[in-house]
Amino acid sequence: MFNSIVMVKQVPDTANISGKVMKDDGTVNRTKLPAIFNHEDRVALELALQVKEKYGGKVTAVTMGPPRASDVLRECLYMGANETYLVSDRKFAGADTLATSYVLSEVIKKIGNYDFIFAGRQAIDGDTAQVGPQTAEKLGIPQITYTEEILNVEKNKIKIKRKIDGGYEIVESTLPVLITVLKDVVEPRPFSSKRVMAFKNARSVMDLEKLAEGNSLLYTDRLIHEYKEKNLLINTFTMDDLNLDIQRCGIAGSPTKVHKVESVVLKGGNQIKVEPTKGGLSGLIDQLMTDHIFG
Amino acid sequence: MEQNPKSENLPDGSQVQNPKSNEVWVFIEQRDGKPADVSFELLCKGHKLAQAMNGKLKSIVIGDGVEEIAKETFRYGADEALLVEHPSLKNYRTLPYSRIINDLVKTVVPRIVLFGATVIGRDVAPRVASHTKSGLTADCTDLQVSDVKYLGKDYSNLLLQIRPAFGGNIIATIITPDVSTQMATVREGVMELTPLEKPNEIKITRVEYKPDPIDELVQIIEQHRESNKVNLKAAPIIVAGGYGLSTKENFKLVEELANTIGGEIAGSRAAVDAGFVTPDRQVGQTGVTVRPKLYIAIGISGAIQHRAGMQESNKIIAINTDPEAPIFDIAHYGIVGDATEVIPAFIEAYKHKLK
Repeated sequence: MFNSIVMVKQVPDTANISGKVMKDDGTVNRTKLPAIFNHEDRVALELALQVKEKYGGKVTAVTMGPPRASDVLRECLYMGANETYLVSDRKFAGADTLATSYVLSEVIKKIGNYDFIFAGRQAIDGDTAQVGPQTAEKLGIPQITYTEEILNVEKNKIKIKRKIDGGYEIVESTLPVLITVLKDVVEPRPFSSKRVMAFKNARSVMDLEKLAEGNSLLYTDRLIHEYKEKNLLINTFTMDDLNLDIQRCGIAGSPTKVHKVESVVLKGGNQIKVEPTKGGLSGLIDQLMTDHIFG
Repeated sequence: MEQNPKSENLPDGSQVQNPKSNEVWVFIEQRDGKPADVSFELLCKGHKLAQAMNGKLKSIVIGDGVEEIAKETFRYGADEALLVEHPSLKNYRTLPYSRIINDLVKTVVPRIVLFGATVIGRDVAPRVASHTKSGLTADCTDLQVSDVKYLGKDYSNLLLQIRPAFGGNIIATIITPDVSTQMATVREGVMELTPLEKPNEIKITRVEYKPDPIDELVQIIEQHRESNKVNLKAAPIIVAGGYGLSTKENFKLVEELANTIGGEIAGSRAAVDAGFVTPDRQVGQTGVTVRPKLYIAIGISGAIQHRAGMQESNKIIAINTDPEAPIFDIAHYGIVGDATEVIPAFIEAYKHKLK
């Protein structure tokens, strides 16, 4: 039996980015972008589910983000996660990787009882690959980044094949260990239609608060109790639920600041237009021969 | 918290900046006892940064039997090498290496620490930044040192960590004003390798490694490296294809052209993601930075992340169906047309010339 915690992130779909979604300070106006499940995190979840199926145990998915990030947690439930946690508070907003890893490491300590922490190598909105290792450091546990394959899991050991510069290596780690995975390691399973039916109404505490706000007959506490009974509650942590140093959260806890943002000015102007004809291309090749690039 | 020396007499009790903290450090990566190119490139940049702040450049060399590597760092501007040697440090492993660097950074408090944005660098740098609560910016395409006024406060010797941001329409300058140590990772090839004409005097300081059981939690069972690594950086001619080629079949034309004119094959990130070309041939911010004599970009729109990796090429030819593609703005020769027609015509014209 091995328990896994999977760190997942809802990210703006960078394939659909235009200038319109940038704010003046250079940060992205995320509300204007379609939000998707970071692919590598989905791969991480798939690996965790495979470990669970092979060796038994439990898979818990955790995300930090705005309330709407509960979308990705529902998707985790559709794929097979046993339990989910939304970590959300305005005070966490604007966090860089250091502040994010601080909050996540405290959340993981609170959840406790884990053998593995899985995460995608990096998220497509920053490509930093920092939150995984930074979280492992704060938890004081080993890490295996760039995982390509889990070879074997034993009582207190895991054997993994990982990418290194120019090749691969096979390493063995004691547990617990944090594992970050590359995008092509496994194909994430599709949603199970049975699980979609079962969990489509799963809600976070924030969702339920909103529901209660709009209907005077509903009370948040009772809703939470009801959803919990039906196994439809997305556990929710805010600042108040965690024992955190506020100076280490959100913008206050983020050492990296955007100082300046410049639009890209292109040189242009000096370009020679070449017609895609036999004559045009021959002329170009002549020129490159004169320049001693060809020939 | 860092303060500008000018603020010494301010009534708010600001302190003078720690005189120790004008050091620039570069983590020297070694694999199988061979130093990584990127580490020496970073030394060359670090040398300039250290000069800009009247500081010293130190190389951090960890391994087993790596004194020669430490000595080599003086050719690239190191003023001092911190050398940590032990048989169990032969191969990079996260825990002992990060613990060693954590302790060094905490004790000496350098102003700047640079890492290669390699698998090793991206594994160790975040752990060190996390432990020492330092700022860390990944994949910088330029680094500068400057005094900066930020939110009404003066800061001295801030590292300007410059990288294309989100979406690629902008270049962001990241700073980490309120931390003692500023950290950044940089990809191989981004900084130029410029050895000193006369190497600095060798000054090696040995640092003792104190083994700890935690260092042995992860063991390397076996390691495989391919020796015939693709070396895009050294290629005089590069033919790169992008997502605009649409299919793997069409991408073969890129290979054909490269073979004809004696160039190396490369691709944009989109081409790599689409499986047209292997990741070791990716040019751009998150791939390799190249400066060949000739760079032919085919079906590559020219997002800033890609341009960051090739815009210093001596000559650039762009082939694209879209006349508005940004790649044309940096190209020396622009060909508007369909690659499936232009490439075969180019190959034919080239072969004809050689006859």
